[in-house]
This record gives sequence, structure tokens and C-alpha cells, in this order.
Amino acid sequence: MIITLRGVRGSIPVPGKDTVKYGGNTTCIDIMTDEGDRIIIDGGSGIRPLGQELVAQLPVNCSIFITHTHWDHIQGLPFFLPLFIPGNNVGIYGSFDPVYMKDLKTILAQQMEYCYFPVRESELNANINYHNLREGQKIQVGSATVTPILINHPVLNFGYKVEANGKKFFFTGDYEPPLNIYSPEDEAYEEYQRLVDQQKKVLTDFIQDVDVVVADCQYTREEYPTKKGWGHGTHDSCIDMARDANIGTLYFTHHDPTRTDSELDKIYADVMNRSDLPATQFHIAMEGTKIKL
Amino acid sequence: MPINHDQLIEMVDKIPTFQESVHRILSLTTSADCSPKDLVQVIEYDPILTMKVLKLVNSAYFGLSQEVTSVNHAVVYVGINTIKNVAISVATTGALPKTNKAGLNMNQFWSHSLAVGVIAKLLAENKGVGKNEQANYFVAGLLHDIGKVLFAHFLPDDYQQVLQKAESENLPIHQVEKQLLGFDHSEIGAMVAEKWQLPAELVNSIKSHHTTDNEDQSPLSLAIYAANQMAHYLELHKQASSEDAPLLLAQAATIDESLPEKVKVWLAWPLSEVNKWLVNLDDEIDKAITFIDLSDAD
Repeated sequence: MIITLRGVRGSIPVPGKDTVKYGGNTTCIDIMTDEGDRIIIDGGSGIRPLGQELVAQLPVNCSIFITHTHWDHIQGLPFFLPLFIPGNNVGIYGSFDPVYMKDLKTILAQQMEYCYFPVRESELNANINYHNLREGQKIQVGSATVTPILINHPVLNFGYKVEANGKKFFFTGDYEPPLNIYSPEDEAYEEYQRLVDQQKKVLTDFIQDVDVVVADCQYTREEYPTKKGWGHGTHDSCIDMARDANIGTLYFTHHDPTRTDSELDKIYADVMNRSDLPATQFHIAMEGTKIKL
Repeated sequence: MPINHDQLIEMVDKIPTFQESVHRILSLTTSADCSPKDLVQVIEYDPILTMKVLKLVNSAYFGLSQEVTSVNHAVVYVGINTIKNVAISVATTGALPKTNKAGLNMNQFWSHSLAVGVIAKLLAENKGVGKNEQANYFVAGLLHDIGKVLFAHFLPDDYQQVLQKAESENLPIHQVEKQLLGFDHSEIGAMVAEKWQLPAELVNSIKSHHTTDNEDQSPLSLAIYAANQMAHYLELHKQASSEDAPLLLAQAATIDESLPEKVKVWLAWPLSEVNKWLVNLDDEIDKAITFIDLSDAD
């Protein structure tokens, strides 16, 4: 499969001179299997230019997997041209909202309501099918299997594992490893830690020996103490994940919107100088990067 | 007046929670960085909130692959912000009235539920139940009488008759419920828990807290039976210090003597002795009850 990173920025698109190298578009990953099946993970602003390219050859058939419905992961969808053209077939997959009891179609239709957008969801002319996923439910897309796992963020967030022809790819979506909410002197601390460790192990087992992981790394080690609980990872959390699960290659993504290209380069250089890195190859996710598996 | 339990289960979704919990949740969540620990404590000391959170996270809407048995497990699994929003949505549906037409004393109900939760957890600890399972004992104790609230809230007139008859004829409440309503609170509580896809062991412990007829009763079920009787036993002793002591103490002794054989075997001691070796029992119960601060309620 060929994986193309179409949007690597977190929170909000940041076009401008400081983000030319790594890109300013929000999350979107385009995956083409060896057999030509197209899987897209997330519809951040990076999905807009992808859509423009895709309509050059109609009909477009693709399956879009949404990690979660925060703006930076769905804001490009109303601008994804294939949705407007009759004859295209688009499957959209993601989780149900169990707090407000809304299915995926309702959530996505709401961002196209009258006060937000000129075209209504019901006016999209492609053949669109929505699917509310359960954790662990395997979805077959041509030769590839896509499996969601629920991992910690302030909203339900699915990480997706894509497997095809013996190759494995995983994207975390937005992910902060769960923290112990108790202090060591609290009675509940030990039990909570056991639950935290158990939950982390579920993820480690799920992504064991994956070839390539793209992981949320919005913050540095220094920034993290004031960002705890915001739902994002750090270089430390990504490195631990890579070490625990024996990951071949890991891309740091979901760059903070305030991060300039030169800051990303400097932080990466510092991290790569650490003495305790596992054998994993680490890279900074860059818009346009193509990964061949 | 036998009840239509399907109808009751449909209505349960709308049941509000305790006023104290509603106040606490609304005040804690006015700040974006509310303490997760404080929020969890409000939920896990409130039987209705606990049940609603467990119900929701175990439902098909969440579609989780693991069964969630405690509030802490729910927080680790689906994240504190999701649980916070679930709690807010429950809190904003309103608060249980302080008094209900049925005459069920909600303060007593709540403090008894907490006491049974605390006792069950201490029993589990004492019996060498693994740390990972002790939280289930607390939850099961907390939820064991939930059927009473459902009766009082949804069938106030009928339940008033039940409570009055039990009082005037000095009969156990569950017996009168069965007689007048066709179901007792342990059955209706278990039905709701089952409908809500709560873990089977939890459902069974709610169902069998007044019976030991079940052949393969789990240690959890036996613990909840014992903890419930223990809480009643302790309450009678407490009252005996200020009221008609000999009668109350005699009632307590009867509870002890009439424990079913299975429970006696599991417990291995009479209640009068358990009281002595459950270290910190009074402190733990007091701590839990102080937290909910019933005296502060309007």
C-alpha cells in the first residue's frame, strides 16, 4: 500500500510562511492498497486538495474513516468534491456520539446546516453510506482490513489499523495515554494505575509489530505539564508506544498550530539526540510524504 | 396492582439523580479544568449516577469490546471528558425530589446504599478478593436497592401502600412488594440492570440480596447479602444507643441468627464478630456518608 500524508497539523489550519515545509492543513491520510482500493482517514482541511485530484478520474470510490469529530478532523469534508458528483461511491465510517445520542450522519450533516454552509448534506449527490462503528469491528475495504480501537481523547476517538497483503499501518487519531487521576497517597491510586496499565496494554497488543505508525505528538516534554488532560501525545509517549509495540517506523504528527517549520526541525534534532531511543525509525510527518509498504 | 415492568424499564431512563450530586456536578463543571478525582467521587458515591454511567458505557451506543464494571474503569476506558459530559447530561435532567409521595426516605436510602457498598468492599478485602475485583463489590453494594427508588419514583401510590403495610404489620419490605406489586425491589432492580446490559455478576448480586436459593451463588452475591444484613445490624445497634435499646438489640440479634446457612459459611463469623474484625468499618462508612453531606440538603 501507499500512504500519503495530506494533512499533519493539529487543531486548526495554519497557512503561511512558517509552515511551508511541513504544511498547514489539518489531519488527512490517504491510503491506496496494492489492488487500488482507496481508504482515507479523517477529513481535516487536507482532504480538500485530495478531492480535487481525485475528481480528475471518475467515478471516485473511497472509504473515509473518521477518528473523531472534532473540527480539525472533519472540517474539510464539506469541501471534498467527490461528495458532490453523482456516480461516486463514498463510505463514511466512525463512532456514534453516545453523549448527545447522534449518529455519524447527523453529526456531519450538522456542520452543513444553513447557518454554517450553503449546501445541505441531503444535496450531496454522490452515493454516500454512513456506518457507525463498534470498537474492534473489522471492515473489509477490498483487500484491506480496517479495525478501530478506542483510545483516550476528550471525545471518543478511534485509532485505526489498516492491514493489507501482510503489511500493517496504524494511525492514532488524537491520543493522550491515560493518566492516573489520583495521587500516590490516595487509596484508589493503585487500582486506578492497574486499570491504566491494562488499557495501555490493550493498545500495545493491538499495534504489536505494526510496520508504520502515525501518532499524535502535539506537545514537547517541556510543554506537557501545562497541557495534561488536553488529549494529545508527546515525543515521550510516542517513543514509549514505539518501544512497547516494536514499531518499525513512527511519524510524529498533529503538530501544534503555533509550531514553525524551524521549531519542528529543532525539536526533532533534540529528540533524536536522546540516548534511550528504541530501534524504531522516527520522522516528522510532512504534508505530501508518501510511505510505501 | 401488579406492575408492567417493560413500561417501568422504559421510564427509568428519565429518572433524575440526588440533588446533592446535581449541585456538585454543576458546580464542579463550571470550570474547564475541574478535578477528575472530585468528579469521579461524586459519581461513584451516587447509586443512580453510577448506574446510569455504567449503563451507558456498556450499551451498544459505546460499542466497547471490554465490559466496564466500575466508574474508574469507565473513566480510563472512554476518558474523563466523556464521563464528565455524561454526568452533566444526567445532572441537567433534574434532581430527585427530597420527598416522594411514596414516603421512601431518600437520605436513609442513600446512606444505607453507601454503607452496604463500603461493607461489601471491606468484606472482599478481608476475604482475599483480588484488588481488581474489590471495586465491583462496592458498586454492587451501592446498587443493590436501586429497585426501591424506581418503585417510589414511578409507582408512588402503590409503593406508599407497600411501605405502610410493611411498617404496620412489621413485615419485610421485599415480602410486601411481592405480595402487592408482583415483583420485589431486588427483582425489578436486576431486571433494569439486565436490560441495561450491566455485567451479569452485578445483575445477579442485585437479584439475590434477599435470597440464597440460587444454586451457584457467587461470592459477590453472598457478600452483598451479608453486607446488607450487616448494615441493618449496625444501624439497629446505633439506634439502640439512644432509643428503646433492648427491643432494637433483640432485632439485631435476630438478623444475626437468621442469616442463611450459605452466608454464614461464607462469612465464617456471626455479624457480632465481623463488626470487630472489619478494621476501619465505622470510619469508612462515616467518610462516605460525610462526603454526600446529607445534613446540608434542603
